[in-house]
Amino acid sequence: MENLEQLVNAGLEAVAAAQDEAALDQIRVQYLGKKGELTAQLKSLGKLSAEERPAAGAKINAAKQQVQDAINTKRTLMASEALRAQLASESIDVSLPGRGQDNGGLHPVTMTMERIESFFAQIGFSVAKGPEIEDDYHNFEALNIPSHHPARSMHDTFFFDDGTLLRTHTSPVQVRTMEQQKPPIRVICPGRVYRCDWDQTHSPMFHQVEGLLVDDNISFADLKGILHNFLNVFFEQDLQVRYRPSYFPFTEPSIEVDIGYKGPNGEQKWMEILGCGMVHPNVLTASGVDPEKYTGFAFGFGVERLAMLRYGVKDLRLFFENDLRFLSQFS
Amino acid sequence: MKFSEKWLREWVNPAISSDELVAQITLAGLEVDGVEAAAGDFSGVVVGEIIAAEPHPNADKLQVCTVSDGQADQQVVCGAPNARPGIKVAYATLGAVLPGNFKIKKAKLRQVESFGMLCSAAELQISEDNDGIMELPANAPVGTDLRDYMQLDDQVIDVDLTPNRGDCLSIAGLAREVGVLNSVDVTSPDMFEVAPQLEDTFPINVSAPEACPRITARVIRNVDISQPSPQWMQDRLLRSNIRPIDAAVDITAYVMLELGQPMHAYDLDKLDGAINVRMANQGEELTLLNGQTVALNEDILVIADNEGAIGMAGIMGGDSTGVSDTTKNILLEAAFFEPVNIAGKARSFGLHTDASHRFERGVDYTLQRQAMDRATELLQSICGGEAGPIIEQVADEHLPKANKVVLRKQRLNSLLAFAFDDAQVEDILLRLGLELVSSDAESWTFSAPSWRFDIAIEADLIEEIARVYGYNNLPSTNPVGSMDIPAKPEAKRANTLLRHHMVSRGYQEAITYSMVEPELQGKMDNQHKPVALANPISADMSVMRTSIWPGLIKALQHNQNRQQQRVRLFETGQRFIPSAEGLQQEDVMAGLICGPRHPESWHGKNDSVDFFDLKGDIESLLALTGKGEAFQFSNGEHVALHPGQSAAIYQQDTLVGYAGALHPGLQQELDLQGPVYLFEISLAALTEGVVPAFTALSKFPEVRRDLAVLVDEALPVSELQAVINQHAGEFLQHVGLFDVYAGQGIAEGKKSLALSVTWQHPERTLNDDEVNQWFDQIVEAMQSQCSASLRS
Repeated sequence: MENLEQLVNAGLEAVAAAQDEAALDQIRVQYLGKKGELTAQLKSLGKLSAEERPAAGAKINAAKQQVQDAINTKRTLMASEALRAQLASESIDVSLPGRGQDNGGLHPVTMTMERIESFFAQIGFSVAKGPEIEDDYHNFEALNIPSHHPARSMHDTFFFDDGTLLRTHTSPVQVRTMEQQKPPIRVICPGRVYRCDWDQTHSPMFHQVEGLLVDDNISFADLKGILHNFLNVFFEQDLQVRYRPSYFPFTEPSIEVDIGYKGPNGEQKWMEILGCGMVHPNVLTASGVDPEKYTGFAFGFGVERLAMLRYGVKDLRLFFENDLRFLSQFS
Repeated sequence: MKFSEKWLREWVNPAISSDELVAQITLAGLEVDGVEAAAGDFSGVVVGEIIAAEPHPNADKLQVCTVSDGQADQQVVCGAPNARPGIKVAYATLGAVLPGNFKIKKAKLRQVESFGMLCSAAELQISEDNDGIMELPANAPVGTDLRDYMQLDDQVIDVDLTPNRGDCLSIAGLAREVGVLNSVDVTSPDMFEVAPQLEDTFPINVSAPEACPRITARVIRNVDISQPSPQWMQDRLLRSNIRPIDAAVDITAYVMLELGQPMHAYDLDKLDGAINVRMANQGEELTLLNGQTVALNEDILVIADNEGAIGMAGIMGGDSTGVSDTTKNILLEAAFFEPVNIAGKARSFGLHTDASHRFERGVDYTLQRQAMDRATELLQSICGGEAGPIIEQVADEHLPKANKVVLRKQRLNSLLAFAFDDAQVEDILLRLGLELVSSDAESWTFSAPSWRFDIAIEADLIEEIARVYGYNNLPSTNPVGSMDIPAKPEAKRANTLLRHHMVSRGYQEAITYSMVEPELQGKMDNQHKPVALANPISADMSVMRTSIWPGLIKALQHNQNRQQQRVRLFETGQRFIPSAEGLQQEDVMAGLICGPRHPESWHGKNDSVDFFDLKGDIESLLALTGKGEAFQFSNGEHVALHPGQSAAIYQQDTLVGYAGALHPGLQQELDLQGPVYLFEISLAALTEGVVPAFTALSKFPEVRRDLAVLVDEALPVSELQAVINQHAGEFLQHVGLFDVYAGQGIAEGKKSLALSVTWQHPERTLNDDEVNQWFDQIVEAMQSQCSASLRS
């Protein structure tokens, strides 16, 4: 039996020394194969008595198992070592950029309009659109701005030979909506507008979002509330807001809304942000809404102005140059 | 309107600071645009008189002046060419501090001692005038502090009045408003009726009384206007941005600023016969005071004498009858012109005057006699002369009527969401000059004052109450409404979705002008004649786009000029297409790609984009509708596109857009680095989608057969696919194209297409026989209809 122990030790040493799968296989054949050295030990059992045989057999089997286990363990080790080596060889530089298109981006004016639309959509406003080449009636007349009205000079209007014009504001969409829809009306009207004026702070084309709410018992307080609410949400700040009497022919009372900010020396300053008011009874009447039965308010934002304030853009002209270095900042 | 705060405070002087006053009127709707000090911060400057001026011994451009400060004569070196003996000047004495904390000390200029400095208006920040030293009137008292003499401790307030508040275009009107806001009394300067010293009148007729319901005039003889108007008057005019001209003109301007009544002074000796206020004759010519000669229309009201028009009523007087320094006898005129008649007329001649600004907005129709007396009094005190009686022509039936307006308490309180006291309402409106005609438990009736042209309906009164009470003092709430869920068709694809889709495919959104250059427009679309603006802002923005392409091309140029090689832009917006049914304003989406397919990277080869990059983007847009198969691309001619690389996009039989390579000729002409690919498609086609409808999944295997065919190179693959679709039997699932090859091994003029055809039955496994039968049908149909031959 001393021989058995020596064989096991020799087998285990051989396993430990094996360098690859083939060597292991050879060791297996040498010790555990049909003609293997440990297998051969079983043959010696015949020489033993019937009483000794089971114990001796068990011993030999245990010795075989011991070598087999060592081979298995070594094999697993070698496989995992091989996998590790393979994976190591497959490693990549994950800091390299990925493949495919970069994202594009929305124009900041669109981003701003979409935000405005989404806020108002949440409180039940739908989006209404109208033509950009308008008639005099919808752009002026129906909005209580007859042809001789001094307010027309505040609108530097682009005209066409047939008397139509480029709308100077999105307010005609108010009229078109009321002509088609009965109260309650809750719409916002985003879009392009045009004025014949071009300098550092004026563009011949710009964007407005008009809002209109007409229902029973809509009050001045409702208008103040909704706009303050909107401005806080838009700028994500608790803003100081003040309301100033103004004049638009299509609203009465008319309001300009200012937001407060601190000047360089901490002084209180105000910045005009939008115009609004209670819809003028003449406008309701012209659009087929009974001003005795319904009241409403309308408001209008300059989209570029909001976008400039929100994103810190300093020059209005950048919005229409479509310079990729500008546009890509809003991706 | 700019005005002197000091002047206003002579009329009404509430115990509030300048800042408070400015904030107060702003919040009452008279928006203050700016406040400027009448002069810079300085001290120690007095009225001086140059006694003598000698050339400087060591400098050509300097003079050595002897200046009296009222007590002693001082030597002052001065470089101004207008420094000369006898004039009164602004003299900064030793110890004076000029704006910018500039201290005046004894100095030596080129070895000559100088005791102080003579100042220009710019140096004292009184005006921009830096053209020599200030020259003060001859009667300026020497030694008086200049700040006191010129009333420089004053501010110029610039109020930007809305068109409805013409009543505030005067000190009197502003004072009235400030009085209301502070509940303080307004005191005007003493004004009185001037008793005539002469009996002279002048014949005045009004042929257009509806346009000129009231005109007043007065003859004043033997005036002396050779001397300028007094300094205090000039200062006030200048603070209101009115340039002093001569005493007579300055006085009319002063009365306009003070009371709001525009006036005119004629040289009586230049008037011929009689004055008539009438509509102009068509084509009648008039040379205005500003030298401009205009040809009038029949809708222009004029003041005429027997020779013809001598002024555009309410706008500007004529040159031929104006006063000059030799004028001895004057006819003063003050009229009420009906606003609607004046409105817009000045603008139609490119004019805008202080008079037209006021008449368009409405001048108090009861003011004329008072203004006439005030101007007479000022003229006589400054220029002497004897006045005749006021001549007046009035057509009562054409004068405005005071509007009577009913105000319902319930309406007031519900519209402003605030319960006003009756007394509060009456107080506000009465202080504004309205008269209470009657009242009962539910309402009041008020009558509007003659200076308010903007009070006609109940809402006007509600606005006045809200304004004076303070918008910021009124409540604020959130509106409450019914919680209806509006219809929102699922099949409708929002524009937002389309835009965001383009963004995720690497496009930047552009916004280009809707007005474009006609030439470029014509190159991009010769099918439509664009609508032209009657008054374009510039020649390159004079027509309305019939396609977004011109704008995108411009944007591409802009970017290529700034080293941007890879450009992917899209835009949504309206195009304006004239048609037999009228102008179509159609929403479209357009895109442009140019440059490398991918951003520059380490991923090997990066080809330039080609047609199929563009088409892939378009197909993915079309697929958003859920019915991408409803669209076909077929060869389409387009003036802007490469004839061999352009497609018309059809939805069933309707043409909905174009896609293709920019025509290489155009590309070269426009100096673009290309190739450039463009598409434009109707948004309506993209937004009309479908709601998905489920079909059951088959549990049985699909069968796929591949085939390769040779066809003419010119045959569109879509035709072959259509033939397969038609003949592959009802269980056809899919036809795929996985190779297109032409070249070596393929006959000239032919191409090889490799296709896969897949079938599946919903309820059973397909057997070989039936699949073979469909396959044979396909092959046969391709042969007979497309001259295709199966490759073995």
